[in-house]
Amino acid sequence: MGRALTIWEQARLQGHSRRDFLKFCAWLTAAAGMESSAIAQVVQALETKPRLPVVWFHFQECTCCSESFIRSSHPIVSDIILDKLSLDYTQTLQAAAGVQAEKALHDTMAKHFGEYLMLVEGSIPTAADGVYCTIAGRTALDIVKEAAAGAKAIVAWGSCASNGCIQAASPNPTGATPVHRIITDKPIIKVPGCPPIGEVMAGTIVHLLAFGTIPELDRVGRPKAFYSRRVHDTCYRRPNYDAGLFVESWDDENAKKGYCLYKMGCRGPTTYNACAVTKWNNGVSFPIQSGHGCIGCSEENFWDNGPFYQRLTNLPGFPIEATADRVGLAVGAATAVGLGAHAVLTFVRKRDVKGGHESAEPKPQE
Amino acid sequence: MATTTAFERAYIWERPVRLYHWVTVASLLVLAATGLVIGRPPAFLTAGDASASQWFGTVRFLHFAAGYVFLFAFVIRVYWMFAGNEYARWHNFYPLTPTRFRRWLGGVLQVIKVDVLQIQKKPVQVRGHNAMASAIYGMVFLVTVFQIVMGFALYAPMSDAWFPRLFAWVVPMMGGDANVRIWHHLATWFFIVFAAIHVYLSVFHDVVEAEGEISSMVSGSKYFHQDAGGRRGVK
Ligand code: HEM
Ligand code: HEM
Ligand code: SF4
Ligand code: SF4
Repeated sequence: MGRALTIWEQARLQGHSRRDFLKFCAWLTAAAGMESSAIAQVVQALETKPRLPVVWFHFQECTCCSESFIRSSHPIVSDIILDKLSLDYTQTLQAAAGVQAEKALHDTMAKHFGEYLMLVEGSIPTAADGVYCTIAGRTALDIVKEAAAGAKAIVAWGSCASNGCIQAASPNPTGATPVHRIITDKPIIKVPGCPPIGEVMAGTIVHLLAFGTIPELDRVGRPKAFYSRRVHDTCYRRPNYDAGLFVESWDDENAKKGYCLYKMGCRGPTTYNACAVTKWNNGVSFPIQSGHGCIGCSEENFWDNGPFYQRLTNLPGFPIEATADRVGLAVGAATAVGLGAHAVLTFVRKRDVKGGHESAEPKPQE
Repeated sequence: MATTTAFERAYIWERPVRLYHWVTVASLLVLAATGLVIGRPPAFLTAGDASASQWFGTVRFLHFAAGYVFLFAFVIRVYWMFAGNEYARWHNFYPLTPTRFRRWLGGVLQVIKVDVLQIQKKPVQVRGHNAMASAIYGMVFLVTVFQIVMGFALYAPMSDAWFPRLFAWVVPMMGGDANVRIWHHLATWFFIVFAAIHVYLSVFHDVVEAEGEISSMVSGSKYFHQDAGGRRGVK
């Protein structure tokens, strides 16, 4: 066959019916955050556009992004997008290994130079010339630079590739670095989260595959459809927040009643993600619904913004654990001591200068 | 020993300066109180149904409303830094030319000797702010800008109004909302500490120099002794 198959052709080969396919398109449209009027466009795109070649790299990561992705709820996602269709290279899921795998990668990169989609899971270590992560004898740093040169666009999967995540947490011994700090001349779509929600990943990739265009991104480079609101803005416990009904400790009555977890350190008010809307594990639940605060996993530096169960985070750069309030109180106390000392000194001095003009009872006259 | 003292009444603080001052004091009290409550809400409602109460929402509303007041008072003051009298102008707070800077430095040394260490008896008599105070107010104005920017940046994702949205770019620049909140919180403590020292010093100067310091921020006028102490150091 001369040309690459379209997704529809591939789905048919896999034994999916037209009905399945249309349902899949409708699901995708919703997942990609588009209006239902866009379904026709999606159908047409999947019927006519040959699939994009995709290479998926795994660097400093725990594979939770891949795990999340293969659990995204629609069967066609795993069947079509992941297994059979699009992935030309992915260390975790491909059958090939060793020399064969590397050959597949290099074939794709050479044949589709400038066209393939590059997915990156994991951060890239830069300390000691990048030796902390090597694949097939080459450093992640080398691989990323080489692969990015021919990529049409890059997707940074998860917090590791988007902002460094735990590898980049202080003191960051390996110099772990997110993709956008290394590659600056390609469009990069960040899909942060530890892991990102499977449906969000699918929605993003589907947009790219179906339309060949970059979804609308926010200032930070995240798809607006999923990251434009804070968890807090869509949280079902929000009425309790506004009412001032808070869980005060994990085992109290309020926790049972499902009050707001703000005082237990919930990061919902500072975290941009779709958890409260899309939820997890096919919409079963999400952390807050299960009684645990958000830990801000899709935000930069979230590991260093701890402790997770405390609302005000520790101040970075302070040797002992200090929060803004403790610093404030300390400075306030020092001020009080200083002012007190000054007042005493003034009192003493004033007695010395008795007879000076200060002691004269001033009688204003105009 | 002087039994009667002649005073000169001098109009120093014009209306916009005084207006700014007291509106700022009022809004800052509200902002600091509501802000600290937002940061660490007390547990005074521990049971009930969310539909029956809105107190935390109300506290937040007061904070945002006071935030706007704080902003507009400051806008007036900035305008008056260019339109006001010599005591109100910007160069009092930011002595940026070499001559002004040298004069300012001399003033600071004098304040340190007279008011802080109290090793020199001569009162520093200046009509507007003394050099040290000017520098501190210059800093207060900068922190004011900072706090307003941080506040509206935090407010941006909560509001559909165009004005807060103008500050949305600040959040990514600061590395996320969590960092903005910490900075906003730290700057709050700056204001609290400043206010404590500032009120103490106002009382101190009023008592020691007897020039009607505190009431000057109300009436606009200070009273300068015409004998002992004279008009030394008047700038
Ligand atoms: C000097 C003036 C101000 C002070 C002392 C102040 C103080 C505070 C404090 C202590 C907090 C709690 C921070 C935390 O622990 O998370 C806070 C939150 C906040 N402030 Fe301010 N603030 C000031 C001005 C402003 C202004 C001008 C705005 C703009 C509208 C603003 C908007 C906010 C917002 C949006 C929050 C977060 C509230 C929430 O999450 O519901 N603040 N402020
Ligand atoms: C939140 C509390 C306060 C803040 C942020 C504040 C801020 C300021 C600022 C920025 C100035 C410089 C005025 C200008 O040139 O625009 C000033 C001057 C002054 N404030 Fe306050 N103020 C506060 C509370 C008070 C209080 C409670 C008093 C009264 C006891 C007071 C008395 C004065 C006086 C007398 C001056 C003139 C000082 C001078 O001659 O250099 N302030 N204040
Ligand atoms: S539980 Fe968290 S996200 Fe939900 S309303 Fe409370 S603070 Fe916001
Ligand atoms: S609720 Fe917060 S911590 Fe949990 S998955 Fe969502 S963004 Fe991450």
